[in-house]
Amino acid sequence: MSHYATEPAIRVPAHPLRAREKIEITLSERARRLAKAMWKHRWIYLLVTPTLIYYLVFKYIPLYNAQIAFKDFQPLAGVEGSPWVGFKFFETFINGFYFSQLITNTVFFSGARLILGMPIAIILALALYETRFMFFRSLVQTVSYLPHFLSWVIMFGILLMMFSPGSGLINDVIKAFGGKPIAFLTSPDWFRVVVIGSDIWKETGWSTIIYLAALLSISPELHEAAAVDGASRLQRIWNISLPGILPVVVLVTLLRLGNILEGGFNQLFVLYSLPVYSVGDIIDTWVYRQGILDFQFSLATAVGLFKGVIGLILIVVSDKVARRIAGRGLY
Amino acid sequence: MFRTKTRDEIGFQILNNGLLLIVLIVILLPLWRVVMTSFTPIDVFTRVGVPFAMWPWEWSVAAYEQLLGQPSILRATLNSVVITLSGCALSLTLTVPLAYALSTRTLPGRGVIATLILFTFLFHPGLIPNYLLVTKLGLQNNILAIIVPPAVSVYNTLVMKAFFEGIPDEIKEAARMDGANDLQILWKVILPLSIPILLTIGLFYSVYFWNEFFSPILYLNDAKLQPLPVLLRNILASASISEYVEYDVASAASIDSLKSASVMLTMLPMLLVYPWIQRYFTKGTLVGAVKE
Repeated sequence: MSHYATEPAIRVPAHPLRAREKIEITLSERARRLAKAMWKHRWIYLLVTPTLIYYLVFKYIPLYNAQIAFKDFQPLAGVEGSPWVGFKFFETFINGFYFSQLITNTVFFSGARLILGMPIAIILALALYETRFMFFRSLVQTVSYLPHFLSWVIMFGILLMMFSPGSGLINDVIKAFGGKPIAFLTSPDWFRVVVIGSDIWKETGWSTIIYLAALLSISPELHEAAAVDGASRLQRIWNISLPGILPVVVLVTLLRLGNILEGGFNQLFVLYSLPVYSVGDIIDTWVYRQGILDFQFSLATAVGLFKGVIGLILIVVSDKVARRIAGRGLY
Repeated sequence: MFRTKTRDEIGFQILNNGLLLIVLIVILLPLWRVVMTSFTPIDVFTRVGVPFAMWPWEWSVAAYEQLLGQPSILRATLNSVVITLSGCALSLTLTVPLAYALSTRTLPGRGVIATLILFTFLFHPGLIPNYLLVTKLGLQNNILAIIVPPAVSVYNTLVMKAFFEGIPDEIKEAARMDGANDLQILWKVILPLSIPILLTIGLFYSVYFWNEFFSPILYLNDAKLQPLPVLLRNILASASISEYVEYDVASAASIDSLKSASVMLTMLPMLLVYPWIQRYFTKGTLVGAVKE
C-alpha cells in the first residue's frame, strides 16, 4: 500500500562478484543476519515501544470497538456481550429520513471549499509570487497564515463581531444604508455562505504555501527566456507558472476528493444551531448528536464506519490516480 | 526581477499589489473589529455602537479588568496552560522515536511499523469507538482524556521523518564509528541538528492542544477542569452571559466588549508566539517536507 512496504527488510549487497554468495545464503544465515541487524538497533526498538503501545491502544482498540456497528450495543453487556444484528443499523441509516440531507450538506461544504477555495488560493499564490516588493510579500504571507492557527471557537467570536444583528460590522453598514439587519448565522439562507466564506478567510493563506513552493521551484531561466522572446506577464503566468504548478494542483484536488466526506466538524459544531440544521448538519455532527446526546451508540458507530470505509476507498483510489497522472502518491 | 519596464508591466504591478492589499485588508478588518469592540467604553457603545476607529473617543479596558477579576477565567487559563504544555511534551516524546525509527533505513520491521501507522491515517472508525475506549479506561474528568488519545499525529511524524532523513548519513556513521549507539546518535547528533523542526512540530502540537474544545466538552463534565476555549464558547453562545462572567446593570463593560475581550485573551498566546516561530515555516522546513 505504501512506498515503505516494498522496502526489503535486509539489504543484500548487489555487487556482481558476490552474486554467487547471494544465492548461497541459507535460511539460517538470513535469520542470523536479521537477528544481528535487530540487535544492532535494539535501542530504537526500546525507544519506539511506548509509541507502538500508544498506537495499539488508542488506534487499534477503537477499531475493535467498531464491531458494535453490527451489534445492538448495550452499555451493561459491553462490546463483546451485545447481540449481533448484522447490517440493521446501516439499513436504518441509508433508508432513513436524514441520509440524503446529511450527504448533501457534507458534500456541499467540502465541494464548495474545493471549487471556490482552491482557485482563490492559487490566485493569491500567483500574486505573492509576482510581486516585486519582497517586504510586502512577506507581510501578506505572515498576516494571511495567521488565521490558520485560530480555533473555530475564536472564529465564532470574530464572526459574531462581524455578522451579529445587534452590533456586527456588516449589519452596521447595512443599517447605515437604511437596510434591515440580517441574522447571518441563524438564517438558513445565509448560513452556508458564512460557513464557506469563513473557511476561505481562515485557510486560504495557509494553503498558498504548497503552491508558492511549486512556483518557486520553477526554473527562473524559463521566465527569462520567455521574457526575452517578448512574452507578457500574463502570457508567462498562463504558459509557464500554471503548467508548472499543475501537478501540485492535481495532487491537492485528488486529496480533497479523497476527503470529500469531511464536512468540517469543528467548524460546524461551533457555528450551527437548531434553525440551520437543515442546511448545516453534516455526517459528523449527526453522529455526535445520535451517539453522545441520544445514546444511539450502535447507529452512530454504523454511520461513522460507513463514512470511514467510503473515505478509505476514496483516498486509496485517489492515490492510485495520483500515481498514474501526477507520478506521485498522496501518502 | 526584469528590467523591461513597459506600461503593461506597471499596470500589472499596480493590479497585482492592489490585489494583495485587498487580501491584507480583508484579513485584518475582522480582527480589527474584535479589538475595537473589546476596547469600546460602555457609554459609547450604548450611544453609537462600536466605532470603526477609536480615536475620537476614549479607550476603555473595563472589559479586560472585569474578565481578569473572574476566578473562572483564571482557572480556565491555567487548565489550558497545563493541557497545552503537558500535551505538547507528551506528543513530542512519542513522535520523535517514531520518526527516528521510520527514518532509519536499515531497521528491520520498518515497513511493518509504517504500514501499521499509515492504516490509522487512512481509516478512521469514527467518534463512538474512541469514546467507548476513553470511558472504559475511566478517563472522564481527567485531562489524560484530552492529551493522550490525539498524542501522535501521522502528518507531523512524516514531516519530522523527512527532516531526519535529510541529515546526511555520513554524520550518523561517523558517530557510530566513534562507538555511539542509536540512542546516543539521536540525542547527541540528530536532535541538536533538528531544533527548527522540533520547534515547528512543537508549535503545531501546542496550537492543537490550546485550541482543542471538542474533547473537553466530551470528556470533562466538571466545570472546574474546562479549558479556556470551552469557557469562551459558553460565553459566546449563551443567552445569559452572567452564568459564566459576572454581569449586571452596574457592569462597566458591554456584553459585546466582554465577548471580544475573551476572544482576545484566548488568541493572545497565539499572537505572542506566532512571530517567533513563523519564520520557520514561511521558508524552509515545511516546504521541504511537503515536497518530500
